[in-house]
Amino acid sequence: MNLFNLFKRRKNSGKDIAAQRLRLVLAHDRANISPGMLALLKDEIIAVISKHLEIDPTKVEVNFTEDDRETRLVADIPLTTSRKRQS
Amino acid sequence: MAGKIITISSGKGGVGKTTATANIGLGLAMLGVRVICIDADIGLRNLDVMLGLENRIVYDIVNYVEGRCRFRQALVRDKRFPELFMLPAAQTRAKDAVTIEQMINVANEAAQMVDYVLIDSPAGIEHGFRCASAPAEMVLVVTNPEIASVRDADRVIGLLEAEGGSPTRLIINRIKPELVQRKEMLAPEDVVDMLSVDLIGLIPEDPEILAAGNRGQPVVLNNGSSAGQAFLDIARRLQGEDIPFAPLKSQSFFRRLFGSR
Repeated sequence: MNLFNLFKRRKNSGKDIAAQRLRLVLAHDRANISPGMLALLKDEIIAVISKHLEIDPTKVEVNFTEDDRETRLVADIPLTTSRKRQS
Repeated sequence: MAGKIITISSGKGGVGKTTATANIGLGLAMLGVRVICIDADIGLRNLDVMLGLENRIVYDIVNYVEGRCRFRQALVRDKRFPELFMLPAAQTRAKDAVTIEQMINVANEAAQMVDYVLIDSPAGIEHGFRCASAPAEMVLVVTNPEIASVRDADRVIGLLEAEGGSPTRLIINRIKPELVQRKEMLAPEDVVDMLSVDLIGLIPEDPEILAAGNRGQPVVLNNGSSAGQAFLDIARRLQGEDIPFAPLKSQSFFRRLFGSR
């Protein structure tokens, strides 16, 4: 990356901020779930998974993805122990 | 053959629905096709003043559905382009003075007479919006490149989709190309991408629109106006003409979007 790009990246443009906020708002609107409810859902998912698997709650990500007006809930839950493959 | 019924909607108020209806309606008339513009904003009519036809109203849509006049008596014919008619809303009646069934009947009756029926929907997503969109074969959703109106447009598109209804097309109004250039305003491609609908018009911000509203002479009548030209382009696209989108920013985007057609 050259110096020019570095300068360009430093400042988040108004357009980028608006686009980012808008994407999030649309995802929540379309799924009909508030950001607070999503946080609760995430906690519950962590609680359920933790019963069966060892996970690091701080690394869990639960987010919406958008694809042509189709919204999906994507949970990324890394396991703390990588299991040894049984041969 | 009955004319095509198209509703102009937005969810949010103040984004340019009525301006779009007036200009697209007049634009179609300028192309020589017959149009009836229906003001479905009962109680808050404004299409009449946008078109400059306010002084010629005798009856309105509520008078007609209540049987006080014949359909043609309720229409106001434009003297500039006699292909254009307006069916005014009632100004002093409740928003629910026309039922969904009545609106469908009115639109169908209008469609028997002309090539296009344009319905100017009220803001909101309640009865007035449902009424206006019920008869539509196509809905033109107007938005501005800012968060609140795009969000409301998304709601409207979602509601129309949920009803399994008519296809939607997007009009992005009040674009300020210099702000888009400086990355201070959402670019048209951002908005189209987020809403996942087909575009039918990009209207630049144009001071001529205010002047046109003052005089009751829609900007489409003004050859020198960029917004007027953009509205006329929408009329042409509705007529099936393949009009490329004037590049406000990057041309590659538009090629990507529309090059395959």
